[in-house]
Amino acid sequence: MTAPPDIARPTKPQETFVLNVGPQHPAAHGVLRIKMTMDGEFVTRAEPILGYIHRMHEKMGENRTWAQFLPNTGRIDYLSALHYNHAFVGVVERALRIEVPPRAEFIRVITSELNRISSHLVWWSAFLIDLGGMTPLLYAFDDREKLLDLLEGVTGSRLTYCYFRFGGLCNDIDDSFIAGARAFVAQMRPRLKLYRDLVTDNIILRKRLEGIGPISAEMCRKYGATGPVLRGSGVAYDVRRAEPYSVYPELAFEIPTYPAGDSMARYLVHMAEMEQSLRIIAQALDKLPAGPVMGKVPRVLRLPPGDYCFAVEAARGRFMVRVVSDNKDIPYRVKLRTPSFSNLSLYEEASRGMILPDVLALLGSLDLVIPDIDR
Amino acid sequence: MIPSLEQLSARLADLAGAMPATATSGPAPVPPRSPVQPADFAAKGYHLDVTVAPGAVDSAAGILDQHGFALDTITGVDWIAQNEMEVIYDYFHAASPLRIVIRTRVPRDHPELPTISAVFPGANWHEREAHDFFGLRFLGHPDLSPFLLPEDATYHPLRKDFSA
Repeated sequence: MTAPPDIARPTKPQETFVLNVGPQHPAAHGVLRIKMTMDGEFVTRAEPILGYIHRMHEKMGENRTWAQFLPNTGRIDYLSALHYNHAFVGVVERALRIEVPPRAEFIRVITSELNRISSHLVWWSAFLIDLGGMTPLLYAFDDREKLLDLLEGVTGSRLTYCYFRFGGLCNDIDDSFIAGARAFVAQMRPRLKLYRDLVTDNIILRKRLEGIGPISAEMCRKYGATGPVLRGSGVAYDVRRAEPYSVYPELAFEIPTYPAGDSMARYLVHMAEMEQSLRIIAQALDKLPAGPVMGKVPRVLRLPPGDYCFAVEAARGRFMVRVVSDNKDIPYRVKLRTPSFSNLSLYEEASRGMILPDVLALLGSLDLVIPDIDR
Repeated sequence: MIPSLEQLSARLADLAGAMPATATSGPAPVPPRSPVQPADFAAKGYHLDVTVAPGAVDSAAGILDQHGFALDTITGVDWIAQNEMEVIYDYFHAASPLRIVIRTRVPRDHPELPTISAVFPGANWHEREAHDFFGLRFLGHPDLSPFLLPEDATYHPLRKDFSA
């Protein structure tokens, strides 16, 4: 990248200094610390330093029953709790071959997609604040409030949901939820157009994001980056299609991709995904079958010895649970493969040689949730 | 380039065949089994389960890299009763539904194996984490200092004999 002439280079070449961003910094979205080695305003090395909110969920998994670990899954990526619920109930259902009633699967999809929209709205708000735009948050949180009210009605929580159960759900949805979800879909479509008119097509935003922080598809592969980061590099990889689970194969939706690989591409993927989520919700509401929301589940859960994996498309990308069972009622090992961890791991390579305001734009475009990295 | 299961099985079987065929010793030896096993995706969540010698994990990574796979994660499992550490590498492919598991076992008191971070730079962080949690030493890794644990941590909390 050629630098604008007014950007400071140090008078003596090869003279660098260290700048710590975080662990308490508004642009770090929580307690992420990045140790930046600077050459004037240019970053020569940006090293993420992790662990400030490490809670060792994986050890907690080894000292409580399968069911008792379920609430932990909503606290890893707290913005994407239902997807994480889904992966953990999915792995247990896979190992025990538990049949989930179709109504429960449809409700899982509806609530998961609502959760994806609320997660993307938080990302959108926070990202634009990173870039200096305060106002969009006020719009997005207004819409998100409706979502949280809806989900609170069925799950009982506003953020760290624990709504799915092995074999189904803890509560059925009622007519008021269905009416509320339909109303939300109807309201949100014009709101997304408003977002496009107000923000996406704004020349200042485009100048801040276009061409900034390019990430190639090959770099994504080498680092295991997934989700909007990978799709913003033009690769149509989505776990909902690649390893189909739940009732996603019965629903029509597209995998939005943008080939540019820059921060704008990742931005556009997020915006297009919200539209696709609305499309999925509308279809799932139409197809919602009647019936029970809980299947037949053994009273004591003991997984047959062996290891089992289950992956879902969470809001930030591929979330995979790998469990190892030794036929006891507590897991022998729970491995949580989180998307933010892999997505951040390419940051050092991707940010080299950029100027400070641009590396912060790149950081925001990766859509990180720090507890999801540190676990 | 989308790999086929047969093609990959054959290439990985060559690799597994190159390893010494000694069954791992221990109080409860693992029953002998073929090093390359197809798995039922619906039941397990992966398609191919490959066991290699610890020294071959980097060659396995190289083969999967050539076929366009991406590294999902690296993790350990402490089999304390057998006095062994299992190291598991999960791979996924962005253009194919294939999921591959490469696994190996190292002695618990000498948990060393080569790094694959030269093949997949993303492995750097996964290996550092596995070193934190299990004390696995990845030879040739650029920096195995504590990552998620405090900077002065000398313990490995996912070892089964760890107590806080």
